[in-house]
Amino acid sequence: MEALLATNVSKRYAQHTALDKVSITIPEKTIFGLLGPNGAGKTTLIRIINQIINRDEGEIIIFGEKLKPSHVEQIGYLPEERGLYKKMKVGDQLLYLAQLKGLSRKEALARIKVWLEKFEIKDWWNKKVEDLSKGMAQKVQFISTVLHEPKLIILDEPFSGFDPVNAQLVTEKILELKANGSTIIFSTHRMETVESLCDHIALINKSKKILEGAKKQVKEQYRSNTFIVEHRGNHFTLPAEKYELKKQVTIEDGLHASTIQTKGGIKGNQLIRELIDLTEVFSFQEQLPSMADIFVSLVKNESSESLKKHLQEV
Amino acid sequence: MNKVWLIIQREFLIRVKKKSFLIATIVVPLIIPAVIGGLIYIMMKEAESAKPDTVMVVDESGQFSLDSTKNTKRFHFVALPMKLDQAKKAYNETKDFALLYVPVFDLNKPDGLVIYTQENPSIEKISDLESILEERVRDLKLQEFKIDKEVLKNLKTSINLKQINLTDTGEEKSSNSGILYGMGFALGIMIYIFVLVYGIQIMQGVIDEKTSKVVEVIVSSVKPFQLMLGKIVGIAAVGVLQFLIWIVLISFLSTGVLGYFGLKMPQKQMMEEVSKKIKDEDVKQAVQQQQVQSNVKINELLKNASEIPFAKIAFVFVFYFLGGYLLYGALFAAVGSAVESMQESQQFQFPITLPLLIGYLGLFMFILRDPHGPVSFWLSIIPFTSPVAMVGRIAFDVPGWQLALSMLMLVGGFIFTTWIAGRIYRVGILMTGTKVNWKVMVKWFMLRE
Repeated sequence: MEALLATNVSKRYAQHTALDKVSITIPEKTIFGLLGPNGAGKTTLIRIINQIINRDEGEIIIFGEKLKPSHVEQIGYLPEERGLYKKMKVGDQLLYLAQLKGLSRKEALARIKVWLEKFEIKDWWNKKVEDLSKGMAQKVQFISTVLHEPKLIILDEPFSGFDPVNAQLVTEKILELKANGSTIIFSTHRMETVESLCDHIALINKSKKILEGAKKQVKEQYRSNTFIVEHRGNHFTLPAEKYELKKQVTIEDGLHASTIQTKGGIKGNQLIRELIDLTEVFSFQEQLPSMADIFVSLVKNESSESLKKHLQEV
Repeated sequence: MNKVWLIIQREFLIRVKKKSFLIATIVVPLIIPAVIGGLIYIMMKEAESAKPDTVMVVDESGQFSLDSTKNTKRFHFVALPMKLDQAKKAYNETKDFALLYVPVFDLNKPDGLVIYTQENPSIEKISDLESILEERVRDLKLQEFKIDKEVLKNLKTSINLKQINLTDTGEEKSSNSGILYGMGFALGIMIYIFVLVYGIQIMQGVIDEKTSKVVEVIVSSVKPFQLMLGKIVGIAAVGVLQFLIWIVLISFLSTGVLGYFGLKMPQKQMMEEVSKKIKDEDVKQAVQQQQVQSNVKINELLKNASEIPFAKIAFVFVFYFLGGYLLYGALFAAVGSAVESMQESQQFQFPITLPLLIGYLGLFMFILRDPHGPVSFWLSIIPFTSPVAMVGRIAFDVPGWQLALSMLMLVGGFIFTTWIAGRIYRVGILMTGTKVNWKVMVKWFMLRE
């Protein structure tokens, strides 16, 4: 079952269209990367899913049900612009936010204790938020997002404001939540996060979805049959009608790395076969486009054709 | 609904737990009995010190028989049968208030009267003394013109109008404009202040939530309208609690203060003190007479007061208190949602509170002067002015249908403003970095859900 199924969702304002018939499928128990430049419409989509604003058109189905008010209790939302009540104590604040998400007071108290322990901040209960550092407040806010054990967690730039140690801690918690059956939506610009954590991605640009799919498939979709070979000795020539040597660098004395693109749908295996006769191969690897490459070129050029061209030129 | 209750609780508790709430709630009731106590204390002191000042008189004209018959509450005159120079010396050896020198003078042009004092006397005392002298000169003139003093006294008449309202049923109701005026005045002002003070608290709360960005988290759990409503009701609860504590404390402490001074009306007490000190029979009689008169007045006042329907007024007051607060509270919430700082809110605050100010001014200009005139009528019917106007007017016996209409209009009024405010609020709280003006707010209001 899909955690979320959006079909042709649109949102228009007087002067501009924030979302234009966006359809997205988010499989259950995955980490889904919602990518796109600033102002593309990501936040609008997230707010629509959170029912903070209403869509003008389209349908949203969450865990098999049409989006309805009671769904807010199954969703945890960490907005990009973090915010807590400054004058409220950490414990009271978490209790209040958890109760607003439908937890009973007793249940909330028990869970807050567990989470404060997980983050090793048990003694913060009576601290006011205004006395916390930015990173400390971020931890509290992260806890408030997941306290009610939401089935769908929406994290907008979850790692901003965290130092590497805490970012690692949060990453662990996110993976834990995923293992426990939650579906997680990341809205982010940080491509390393996408590369390492996301299973699926969607790219939104200028109010439209321009790319969607499993990360691996997306990468394969944009593969350019380019391979990187490390080899000893560079005195060989490949048949020019089948291969193009795009680049050759010397790694150390006698050891070279060549970037080779095949032509006419020739597979990597055939290239290896031919190379083995010509030189001593140390490693062989397909050069897949990075998410950053795909992101940048798609946003710049918008059409997939030009993307392929762009990637081939790299 | 459960969630609105949570919001109400939070808004209520964070404010009630604040030190500033505690201070305001305790200090204000202390101030009022302290002021009452202070005033009574000063009155009593004054009554004590009201023993007459001694004025020595050197009368060369022989026309001022300012002897004991001329003594008043304030001055005790002692004639010195000696020359001025001697008198000055004699005066300097006493601690008396003053030495009055009256030379031979022309009745039509009394000149050359001098007063010698050891300290700088107050203007009030000097003018009192002057009026005594003027009166004496007048008496002398009356003698000269052969007009009897008694005849003149008879010409002077004092009339005290007793006011009676004829109700529709022909029933007579005596009323006292003074009490009604005072009540209307006090109640009207209380509503005005309450609405402004707590309205601004709503606005401040909304601005805080918006600028701290916590609002986005909250509205991912509850509807913006629920958040707005919870805030308004929660702050209302703070106001009502504070108000109740004030009433209890003030009445308790005031009773205590009055009890300390012997539970007597201060005026009566003063009279008694004064009459005890004055030996002169005439004066004593006059004072007693006045006292009897004032007792009658006080009794009448109390009797009239008991005829004022306090239960009805209290109910009406609470109703308009909450109605007015809800009506304006919603508008304050809308403004708070649109702006990003208290400073920025200034430009909107005045326009939205203008009707309230009109009601407040109308209270003085029309309602208290002419409670049943057309302007007073409309001010107390229109929901934007009625919270101040009707409460000011209610003591003057408003016809039932007018009260019902006004209440209905007020309920409709706050539902209307809450609806408008809710539509602006839901957009405003998520908008940052926009230059907001009235046009923008109208646009937000028009936006689809």
